[in-house]
Amino acid sequence: MTDRAIGDTAGATYALGAALSFGAIVSLFLMARAVDPAMAFHGFLFFAFAVGGVFLLIRRHFNATANPERFAKEAAGYNDGIVRAGVIVSTFWGVVGFLVGLVIALQLAFPVLNFDLPWTNFGRLRPLHTSAVIFAFGGNILITTSFYVVQRTCRARLAGDLASWFVFWGYNLFIVIAATGYVLGVTQSREYAEPEWYADLWLTLVWVVYLLVFLATLYKRREPHVYVANWFYLAFIVTVAMLHIVNNLAVPVSWTGVKSYSLFSGVQDALTQWWYGHNAVGFFLTAGFLGIMYYFVPKRAERPVYSYRLSIVHFWTLIFLYIWVGPHHLYYTALPDWAQTLGMTFSVMLWMPSWGGMINGLMTLSGAWDKLRTDPVMRMLVVSVAFYGMSTFEGPVMAIKAVNSLSHYTDWTIGHVHSGVLGWVGFVSFGALYCLTPILWKRERLYSLNLVGVHFWVATIGILLYITAMWVSGILQGLMWRAYDSLGFLEYSFVETVEAMHPFYVIRALGGGLYVLGALIMAYNLWRTIRGDVRAETSEHERAPAALAQEGARA
Amino acid sequence: MKHAIIEKNPLLLTVLTLIVVSIGGIVEISPLFYLESTIEKVEGMRPYSPLELAGRKIYIREGCYTCHSQMIRPLRDEVERYGPYSLAAESMYDHPFQWGSKRTGPDLARVGGRYSDDWHVAHMNNPRALVPESIMPGYPFLAETALNFTHMDDDLRANRAVGVPYSDEMIEAALQDVRAQTDPDSDGAEALLARYPKAQVRDFDGDPNIVSELDAMIAYLQMLGTLVDFELYKPEENLR
Repeated sequence: MTDRAIGDTAGATYALGAALSFGAIVSLFLMARAVDPAMAFHGFLFFAFAVGGVFLLIRRHFNATANPERFAKEAAGYNDGIVRAGVIVSTFWGVVGFLVGLVIALQLAFPVLNFDLPWTNFGRLRPLHTSAVIFAFGGNILITTSFYVVQRTCRARLAGDLASWFVFWGYNLFIVIAATGYVLGVTQSREYAEPEWYADLWLTLVWVVYLLVFLATLYKRREPHVYVANWFYLAFIVTVAMLHIVNNLAVPVSWTGVKSYSLFSGVQDALTQWWYGHNAVGFFLTAGFLGIMYYFVPKRAERPVYSYRLSIVHFWTLIFLYIWVGPHHLYYTALPDWAQTLGMTFSVMLWMPSWGGMINGLMTLSGAWDKLRTDPVMRMLVVSVAFYGMSTFEGPVMAIKAVNSLSHYTDWTIGHVHSGVLGWVGFVSFGALYCLTPILWKRERLYSLNLVGVHFWVATIGILLYITAMWVSGILQGLMWRAYDSLGFLEYSFVETVEAMHPFYVIRALGGGLYVLGALIMAYNLWRTIRGDVRAETSEHERAPAALAQEGARA
Repeated sequence: MKHAIIEKNPLLLTVLTLIVVSIGGIVEISPLFYLESTIEKVEGMRPYSPLELAGRKIYIREGCYTCHSQMIRPLRDEVERYGPYSLAAESMYDHPFQWGSKRTGPDLARVGGRYSDDWHVAHMNNPRALVPESIMPGYPFLAETALNFTHMDDDLRANRAVGVPYSDEMIEAALQDVRAQTDPDSDGAEALLARYPKAQVRDFDGDPNIVSELDAMIAYLQMLGTLVDFELYKPEENLR
């Protein structure tokens, strides 16, 4: 058994080692022949990745042959090592992404913070922020939790040890290539798909391996059914692959240069991009995170999912309707009216499956609502689902053409996005991280549940400041743009409407600052938990029954 | 419950999912490629001159699209503020499109000819010197950085590969056209104008010693929205 385990892995080791060596040669070539400095740098990153990979492979092989007993034991249980690594990098990227967001929020309030340098101007840092939070934080959370959930719900070890580690490291290499590229001015200017052609090709490779690992694990399952959380993870992986490939079709100027030109142009390009763009929201930030909801909410509440039938309806209607809604980013543009109308119709319809999902999540707490009072992690998960409901109601409202004519191009959109991502995506991720850390490091409980409570309130107040500021600034600016004076002239010059935004940009930065603070509190809490510390505290959990008894006595 | 069949077969689930998520895109996007009414018939549209294209690359590199739209909607206030609403035809050579999604700054679809070159030079150097309330970053480095255009012919070639009608002649002359457009006294200016009608030929950044990134950027900004003559355009012939 032991020898076979090593034997199995040896073949894969040689194959991956050969692939990495080949990759190292290609990246050396990229470095040497690069037509621009950014490509030389990225060639170096690819090279370092390949060499580092070979080194890790060799070390792993020698460890395995030196201690075959231990290796076989590890290979028999769940692969939790990769989930632990994922928890750490997710937390790291979360803090980084939120911080960059705070920086660009401050730049909008105080433009001197752009420093008039190429590498620090808003235009380059904005994609750094969006990619860091969506792909670095969100993406790592999704990969990490999906690797955890698929193993637990299939009662099977993750398929392909090396393949899954390749996904983990390969995905994070993509993040580093994308992030350093933005700062150096490498971008396709496609929102949420800014990385250039070579990074896109690399991500495609990583993503296909991810799909294979996930599918192969589903096939190894020792449960008759594939659990609902995995449907959502699978839909997320499959659809993101489709969106990514189609939206990034491009012709590079040179095989050793960073620049490419998109295959489509103008109106076709615009709809392709927003078909991608809104489904980055629909499948990356919604379907994937619904997978988290469907596992962690029932688990934490210790109740089964509210309705199995609703899960089925929720799943199929959500994925069918979402893909149509891209045109609501292009109302009143040069996109033909029929496409706009189609987009609006489906956007409004999408309200229903979204709320179906919210109801399924919230009602799972039936009979366990007291946990809201006693368990701050549960509170975080539930409020995230509430935010999901809020922003999936706001979305269809904003997708009505008449509303959109006011809201489009303004901060209202920014506020809407952030109520979704800070509230829903952020909180459900934090909830998952708080659930996972004690389990993965075999700790009795989190270092401090009270700190989770503090995180919850600091972050919630931050979100409220953020979204209310953006509602006011967005609607105010929209109204100012279309205001006429009594003589029939436009009342405000553009820059007057910019000036009016200043107080709201300051409030927004304050809200963002609180959110960053909350994430730092979480990082501290998780770190102490990993270290094995337990803070002596009467947690709300223990306090509650006593307080209730007291109240009962008084009554 | 028949759904159990799908729940027990991951590959079936994958395939069904892929089918379900493909429908929307196929129905919505693919007609745009063959319905002739998608792009209006207009006169005056031409590919970007090499200098304009170089400017567009810098516009993209610096992420200008994160704050500026290039898409005027057919709403009264927008048409009065920015000019005639944008046509699909006006971005038919835009790989990728630059319609944008946010107006932290004003729309730029018709910024061409609105301000002088001097204004742009001063504004790029320090926006608040001209507009005290502006929150735009300064781009002083554009004036100091020489434009790297040694491979502009490759850029034109890549554009041709994705469907922009650059001729062999245009590709061959790409490098000299960059220089010619910044030097009104050069011999190449006339040939450039024959290749790219309405191209503006002058020393945009006011510094004749260098073809700077600022030259390219201003050349791009000054041509935005200037190609289609709206005195001649008949919207009723292009109802969609």
